[in-house]
Amino acid sequence: MKHKTHFGMIARRFMKHKMAVICLVLLVILIVLALLAPVIAPYSPTKPSGKFSSPPSSEHILGTDKIGRDMYSRILYATQVSLEVGFLATLISTVVGVVLGLISGYFGGAVDKAIMSFTDMVMSFPYILLVLVAAAIFQPGKWSIILILGFVDWPGVARLVRGNVLSLRETNFVKSDITSGMPRRYILFSEILPNTIAPVLVYATSVFALSILDEAALSYLGMGVQPPTPSLGNLLNGAESLSVLTGKPWLWVPAGAVIILLVMCINFVGDALRDALDPRNE
Amino acid sequence: MWKYVLKKILLAVPVLLGITIIDYAIMSLAGSPLDMMVGPRVSEAALASRAAQWGLDQPVYVQYWNWLMELLHGNLGYSYKSYQPVAELIGSHIGPTLLLMGVSMVLGLLIAVPAGIYSAVHRYEKRDYAVVSASFLFSSIPGFFLSLILIYFLNVRLGLLPSSGMSTAGTGGDALDIIRHLIMPSIVLAVGVAGGNIRYIRSAVLEILEMDYLRTARAKGMGRKIVIRRHALRNALLPIVTVIGMQIPTLFGGAVIVEQMFSWPGLGLVTMSAVTGRDYPVIMGVCLLSAVVVLASNLLTDILYAVVDPTIKY
Repeated sequence: MKHKTHFGMIARRFMKHKMAVICLVLLVILIVLALLAPVIAPYSPTKPSGKFSSPPSSEHILGTDKIGRDMYSRILYATQVSLEVGFLATLISTVVGVVLGLISGYFGGAVDKAIMSFTDMVMSFPYILLVLVAAAIFQPGKWSIILILGFVDWPGVARLVRGNVLSLRETNFVKSDITSGMPRRYILFSEILPNTIAPVLVYATSVFALSILDEAALSYLGMGVQPPTPSLGNLLNGAESLSVLTGKPWLWVPAGAVIILLVMCINFVGDALRDALDPRNE
Repeated sequence: MWKYVLKKILLAVPVLLGITIIDYAIMSLAGSPLDMMVGPRVSEAALASRAAQWGLDQPVYVQYWNWLMELLHGNLGYSYKSYQPVAELIGSHIGPTLLLMGVSMVLGLLIAVPAGIYSAVHRYEKRDYAVVSASFLFSSIPGFFLSLILIYFLNVRLGLLPSSGMSTAGTGGDALDIIRHLIMPSIVLAVGVAGGNIRYIRSAVLEILEMDYLRTARAKGMGRKIVIRRHALRNALLPIVTVIGMQIPTLFGGAVIVEQMFSWPGLGLVTMSAVTGRDYPVIMGVCLLSAVVVLASNLLTDILYAVVDPTIKY
């Protein structure tokens, strides 16, 4: 019962942010459309289905690309791929960050020092450089981009969790657990972890948004998701040519708009979530 | 103070070493740069001699050790592709990158600082929401997409600005010409800087506005504007200084992509071509340089902190 009211309170606070509510609805719509791509896409995303580079028409509402593939279908599938990359990269980095942060904060001492200096190293690396080097080196593709982004984004989470664990360790309920001889596993996973979930969740939304942006940039540069698999980044790839840029806006404007919409909605939702989950906001 | 600075520098050395080790490890995991040379016209013997010349026939840790020893003698090695010394290659391209990053940072902060303060002062009013929404929009536009939009409007449609390079080919490139080339790339980077920082500065100012000493100042009967200008803004300098330090790695990353988009002849272009061509010494040089810059900017932030906030003692 208590849990229910707690959740209700968070929901109520979240609802106060009108933009965030609108964004959440938009985000859900985009995600559902992307997941249902195989059902609702009118054509195949990888096979030609019409004339080359034809502008939007009743048959192809967003036109076709240079080899006659339906752009609407391609964008639906691309959104799915980009969301998948962003989600899995966020999942990996969050799990790695939470585990390292928990260990570092709870055990302290030499373990903490070693983990934190490694974290500092990864953090003082210009992020895109690491990603570029890694992307150039491993076969570019969907899975390598997921792994690369996942293993680059964790230091922020690790620091956040460590800081939280350090302050939680000083709280009375954890101290009483320690004095009453509770097993470490119980303290870590049943007491400390649940209390750091809220800030981690908020942080994860920003990692999610960043991962989508990074995937787009890398795929645009040809180092991310490889064609024929569509992704929001590699759909924009063709816009580098002047004839596409000036004469065929349907080939690049919609894909770019979807990226902006996705990332912006995730950011707004994350921001409202931060407000809603903040215990200081009574 | 000096002791503190020295301690920080000494602490940075192992981090720097660690970064170079990670770099080297990632690169050697990847495969040999010799793979890029293999072709029907290249004999086995030629490859072997190249490998020996570059030291690639040795185990990775020996290669790394050699690289490190050369580095301590001030030698960053030679590019595998152009045979130019890496230090020279970096030296000749760092200027444009610094120019681009510097201008973008100043431009970005010129947008972010006033906007953040404005937004905080008018908290929960319509204009606050407008500024915050704009900052979300700014940080949600991929740099390359904004570049495309700018090129489309300012170059293709209106023909106002050049879209590639740093100066018009054939001309010597006077200051005005360079500025015209600089506008679009620096707008793209500045929008990124502004987007991330408006909200940060807003919340920093909000936190200060809730401090007791501001309430006291108000209670004394000081006007709202004077309170903000004289007490709040001075204290908001601190978080703003931090922002500058935090920006540098992000800016460098952004510069790599933006330079690619606008063929800006800086380090980003060099990096991209080194990455795709597996030019290890160049990649190592750029990574080392950027790591040094990042660590140095962290240090500088700490020092500036001490200058801006007299209550911090070491």
